[in-house]
Amino acid sequence: MSALLEVSGVSVTFDGFRAINNLSIAIGEPELRAIIGPNGAGKTTFMDIVTGKTKPDAGRVTWGERSLSLLGMSESRIAREGIGRKFQKPTVFEAQTVRDNLAMALKNRRGPFDVLVWRERPDDTARIEEIADEIGLSAHLPRIAGELSHGQKQWLEIGMLLAQEPRLLLVDEPAAGMTPAERAHTTDLLKRAAETRAVVVVEHDMEFVRRLGCKVTVLHEGSVLAEGSIDHVAANRDVIDVYLGR
Amino acid sequence: MTATVTAPPPAHLRQGLIAQNPSILWFLAILAAFCFGVTFLAEATGTGALSTSMVKTLGKTLCLCLVALAMDVVWGYCGILSLGHMAFFGLGGYAIGMWLMYARTEIIVVQSLAEATLPPTAAEIRDGIATQIFGVVGGNEFPAVWAFAHSLPLQLAMVVLVPGLLALVFGWLAFRSRVTGVYLSILTQAMTLALSLYLFQNDSGLRGNNGLSGLQNIPGLAAMGQDVIAIAFFWASALALALGYLLFAWVVSGKMGSVIRAIRDDEARVRFLGYHVESYKLFVFTLTAVVSGIAGALYYPQAGIINPAELAPIASIYLAVWVAIGGRGRLYGAVIGAAVVSLLSSWFTGGGAPDVNLGFYTVQWTDWWLVLLGVSFVLVTLFAPKGLGGLIDLIAERRAPQRVGDYGPDRSALRREEGPPQGGEQ
Repeated sequence: MSALLEVSGVSVTFDGFRAINNLSIAIGEPELRAIIGPNGAGKTTFMDIVTGKTKPDAGRVTWGERSLSLLGMSESRIAREGIGRKFQKPTVFEAQTVRDNLAMALKNRRGPFDVLVWRERPDDTARIEEIADEIGLSAHLPRIAGELSHGQKQWLEIGMLLAQEPRLLLVDEPAAGMTPAERAHTTDLLKRAAETRAVVVVEHDMEFVRRLGCKVTVLHEGSVLAEGSIDHVAANRDVIDVYLGR
Repeated sequence: MTATVTAPPPAHLRQGLIAQNPSILWFLAILAAFCFGVTFLAEATGTGALSTSMVKTLGKTLCLCLVALAMDVVWGYCGILSLGHMAFFGLGGYAIGMWLMYARTEIIVVQSLAEATLPPTAAEIRDGIATQIFGVVGGNEFPAVWAFAHSLPLQLAMVVLVPGLLALVFGWLAFRSRVTGVYLSILTQAMTLALSLYLFQNDSGLRGNNGLSGLQNIPGLAAMGQDVIAIAFFWASALALALGYLLFAWVVSGKMGSVIRAIRDDEARVRFLGYHVESYKLFVFTLTAVVSGIAGALYYPQAGIINPAELAPIASIYLAVWVAIGGRGRLYGAVIGAAVVSLLSSWFTGGGAPDVNLGFYTVQWTDWWLVLLGVSFVLVTLFAPKGLGGLIDLIAERRAPQRVGDYGPDRSALRREEGPPQGGEQ
């Protein structure tokens, strides 16, 4: 398992506040990884750095076999390199149908002129229906996404991520606001996705992380506090002190 | 006892442009009917019930509808509130106006020099034209911007290239710096203001505040009456509007439409999907600027004169008001808004509307029209965000939802076109 994403020695400061402090994380392919930590530990900032939204003050972020640096790239270029991101709040295009949302995310050429002449081919249709089936929204394809329930929007967003066929999926609190049944479904989706690609899940909820059954990285004050299986980190004294013990 | 209901194919499988946008056929049919009506009533081709100046007003209105369409695509669909699109319209007008003025002055100069004993040289003719055109601003030679004015094909290329290049450069600078929202609107206002102020200068090379005039006289067509020219331009404007409608309907349907509406609603999210948002904005901004330029090139020969006031910031704000009142985010809304508001505007300000005597005060519409327009704009924004185009929703038959699955046990909730209930019948 070679590292697909390697974050090394990254630091970022917002108005004097050190959000990320000499952070190093390596993600393999395929791998399922959970990142946990208290509020303000830098979980979301970590994702912002990887996806190009925030530029770090120091450190390197390299990607893939050729160790490309992600730091100089635009958000859209990073997404095209194969990094997909799911936000904490479900962000789907509410004015458009579920089908349009998925069609937009489908892995295809992204230039304006390619998009202008794009027509949905049978294999695109098949792919959209396959994804819709996987996220349990087959019956809702013609619906306007804004009408979906909160949980369905979360899944639609996961579906859009899968449609992008990324090599790395960054998922921010996927289970927030879901019912227990919806959570179980989400866990299955993520586990299945992680069979063929790298999936990084940022999560608050320890039970959810336990069900994922994967390697866990604990962040605290912008750097890695502990790393290992959930039982291993749960037994770590530092982790208990700063996070679990509260 | 399952009854099979033959449903039409789902919308996504009907990929034809017309099938996706039934409004196109309606629009083209109404436009065609309007054209035939006007042709039938015009002085040159019909009964003469419509005066030539009225035909010109209607032709100009069609050009305004075209620029409103462009505004709707850039604002209503892509979410870029450009308050500078009338600058592109004006540039298109200037581009065609330069050829019109040059070619017509050339004919006059050649005629007057023909009486001389020696045949005039090309340089003499050129000097004569320059003196004629620039005498009013105290000049007698051609500035560099007139280099192509002698050639109609080159100047027609300028109609497209000048607004297109300006939009491309301006858009590239603005979008790559991620200027959005109200800041972008202010920047576009600054662009049109700067352009207007520049053109007001006598040494801008475009005759300062005199502008270009006599544009209604088409060189080589002096024998043809203005009534014939008016109806010809009317038809050309209608054709341009029809083609523009088709072009924009194609752009805003399908995946392109999906992406630009997504940019309007949440551009950061679109970036994370891998789309280079700036390129899309630049594409839409430039395309709409080019169409605006073409609309301007058809408008000003009908208006007869263009001057820098046409590029003033207020013109672009009016354009946004038309689109807002007509209903942004739907193409026919922009057309309705531009047509209704600009025609009403010429009726009110032209003294067509009778004064209202309130006893203590007489409302003269020439003064009060702007107040009425402003109040309408505020009311539409507050209470009818769909604008006049929203009225079409009330008239148009409501589409049945595309249901998947059975219709449920409730008989009373069933609509006739949905077929018999499935199961649970009693």
